[in-house]
Amino acid sequence: MTSAQVNAQADQRPRSAWSVTWRTALRQPRTRVGLILSGFVIALALFGPLISGVDPNSFVGAPFIGPSGQAVLGTDFLGQDVLQRVLHGGFTLLWMSVAATLIGVLVGLAVGMVAGYSRRFVDGSLMWLMDVILAFPQIVLAIVFVSMLGPLPWLIVLVVALTHIPRVARLTRSLTAECVQQEYIEAAEAIATPKSRILVREVLPNLATPLAVETTIRLAWSIAIIAALSFVGFGVQPPSPDWGLMINENRTGLVVQPWSVLAPAFLVAMLAVGVSLIGDGLARAVAGVDERVGQ
Amino acid sequence: MTRVVVTGLRVALSRSEADVVTDVTFSIGAGEIVGLVGESGSGKTTVATAMLGHTRKGAKVVEGSVVVDGIDILSLSTGELRSARGRVISYVPQDPAAALDPCMSIGRHLREAVEAHEPKSGIDWDERLGELLRDAGLDDIDGLLDRYPHELSGGQRQRVCIAMAFACKPACVVLDEPTTGLDVTTQARILASVRRLAREHDVAMLYVTHDLAVVEELADRLVVMYAGRIVEQGPVRTVFHRSAHPYSRALMATTPDVRARLELQPIPGMAPRVGKRPSGCAFADRCPEVADRCREELPPHVSVGLGHEAACWFATDVTAERSPLTVRPEPALPTGSPILEAEEIRASYHGREVVHSISLSINRGECLALVGESGSGKTTLSRSLIGLSAQVTGRLRLNGEELSLSLHGRTLQQRHALQYVFQSPRSSLNPRRTVFESIEAPLLGAPKSSSTERRARVFEALGRVDLDPSFGPRFPDQLSGGERQRVGIARALVCEPEVLICDEITSALDVSVQAAIIDLLEGLQRDQGLALLFVTHNLALVRTIADRVIVLRAGHVVEEGSAADTLQHPRHEYTQTLIRDTPSILSAIASPGAAE
Repeated sequence: MTSAQVNAQADQRPRSAWSVTWRTALRQPRTRVGLILSGFVIALALFGPLISGVDPNSFVGAPFIGPSGQAVLGTDFLGQDVLQRVLHGGFTLLWMSVAATLIGVLVGLAVGMVAGYSRRFVDGSLMWLMDVILAFPQIVLAIVFVSMLGPLPWLIVLVVALTHIPRVARLTRSLTAECVQQEYIEAAEAIATPKSRILVREVLPNLATPLAVETTIRLAWSIAIIAALSFVGFGVQPPSPDWGLMINENRTGLVVQPWSVLAPAFLVAMLAVGVSLIGDGLARAVAGVDERVGQ
Repeated sequence: MTRVVVTGLRVALSRSEADVVTDVTFSIGAGEIVGLVGESGSGKTTVATAMLGHTRKGAKVVEGSVVVDGIDILSLSTGELRSARGRVISYVPQDPAAALDPCMSIGRHLREAVEAHEPKSGIDWDERLGELLRDAGLDDIDGLLDRYPHELSGGQRQRVCIAMAFACKPACVVLDEPTTGLDVTTQARILASVRRLAREHDVAMLYVTHDLAVVEELADRLVVMYAGRIVEQGPVRTVFHRSAHPYSRALMATTPDVRARLELQPIPGMAPRVGKRPSGCAFADRCPEVADRCREELPPHVSVGLGHEAACWFATDVTAERSPLTVRPEPALPTGSPILEAEEIRASYHGREVVHSISLSINRGECLALVGESGSGKTTLSRSLIGLSAQVTGRLRLNGEELSLSLHGRTLQQRHALQYVFQSPRSSLNPRRTVFESIEAPLLGAPKSSSTERRARVFEALGRVDLDPSFGPRFPDQLSGGERQRVGIARALVCEPEVLICDEITSALDVSVQAAIIDLLEGLQRDQGLALLFVTHNLALVRTIADRVIVLRAGHVVEEGSAADTLQHPRHEYTQTLIRDTPSILSAIASPGAAE
């Protein structure tokens, strides 16, 4: 027909909703700044140990000596090189945050989708369970488990993941509940599509974008909590180098040798802020805040 | 006396500078109602809001003036504009449910409308509000002022919006499709109130709509817009009877009418979008009478009669009275055997029975229309036929064989034989799946189907709805409303159904697109013996497409019979009311004497 020809001429190449969101997000300065900040810290955490090539636990001088040619960022409370420890101290934080976030988001997603689609009893009980977890502040819940079972890395990952589950579940539940009211879900039901396939093939693609936003926000939280756990002594144990731990160990020397605290603190902040800026940029792209103008 | 003069109005997008509306010039006299008609994208709502000095975000008024009683609305400052809105010119929105604040009582809404422009002291509120309500046709004022919007019916809410618009006796009122979504009977009453208010208060009224029949009933003059420009304007009867622009004629020929079985003639092609409009006549590509000149030069507005002008190079050539309408013969009585039979179907919705023991049967190759207003149970009934309704009792037979009421009790073959096309072109397709994936989905449940076989069937289904294979990899947001609805039909056709249930499938579409969809469905019915159950509230459409009609009211069948007989000689009082309240353009076009 003619209508088909008109459209064929327009030659709109099929584009995935994802790439559109990304492009819109990247057009905003906040997203780019976020990418630069977090990209720098992630690169440092990943490649730091390779660049360093030195044992971070060796002593290079007296405690709390300011920056010098020998130790560029000075020494810490034991006389170890701050720069070397910074280069080595990010990797643990990074993998634990990423792992905790992924586990938390995936489990929360599953819980939320099942609750949002099934309604009634299943929905009620799942969400009640989530509310119980939600009642505890994230950091308190983490401390309770770690103080009972000891500061094991996998436990910290699981506990932080657990604190993410209800938050992700609530979001996915409301998105799913809205999505399943649409006629295309009824159309799928009308041909007796199995429920699991409806959830995976019809509902999940519609959650992808808001979920990506949520994941970055959760990642920023994971970084903050895991660094905080190290700071209060429930995370990585000495003498391992770790940014959260370094802030705690060196805080007595803050006045004498501020670099020993500021360097790791600054890196943690850069990572958390960078990731949440990306999340913010994505969220705006999804909501179309800066794209409403024109058409 | 002329109260409103719009001159050379041009609204453009701020970013790309592309015109949304170009060179719009018209005037409205005191007590006169001007109907502004156009399809979606024609710029009619842009004109309506620009009258109040408002543009959608991202657009701006570039040129032109809107003068109401000597005040140029477009040259006012923000503060002056706020003072003028409501007092000089006011607006009645399309959706009253969204326009009224759910947390404010009706009384507060009305007081607010008055207080914005008058000193608060010295108003006898009881008398003033009572008068406003009576004016808008809300007679029962007891307790109404203390009630909240959700406690009112759709018609009552729209009357409250009308009362608010008239609260300060403005010189001009702009109504933007105020009866969309209302039942025909409510619509008829509201139109009567609007007409009375315009006469009594000498108000200049602009009534924006896509519905030609409503304009014929209500307006004194008609302005037809296409692709951002006025193509024709003049006295209503003259324009209907002696339209000078091919688009006006094409629009009439796509409009069904309750009084006759009209042949709907789709307009080929699509209207050019904002930013892609040609330098010549925008209608040239779809016009049956196009000449080279049309593509090269923009046709000027030429006068073709008293107060009647059109923007067409051949406007004056059309002197002969020609009716764009074709009446088609009544359908032969259905001879096919019954394919789907339903007996004593009862269905509940949220625990309340909304369908009370209804029986019906559809024959092969027949189109049965299920007609009713909102709340009549027509959608619940049609959903229980395909097994989507949970609480249903009764008996179903497909091809003489027992059919389970529950979807899971049906065989794959039975599920495929009965297919449903959904109402909303917006939500019936998954926005994150391509056209191909959406159409392929019903086939995935079938055992032993190879991907090449499925591919062939998907493309065949696309072909049957006149879409070429290039539509396969597209996403729904890249399609127009009509194309999306075609994909919805293709998704049903890919199952090779015997019965197609269409639930209000054209209610969100423009008439020209609706005509094309109806054409498509009739082709399927005629050539492939498909039985159609056409669920709608639109009696005019029923008159054109249906062989038989079932009229529903509050879950009961009130009348049943052949479409011709039922709509021409309705026996039940309810059917008679519905038909009487359905606006018709036929009388205006068919009776030449009425033009003068």
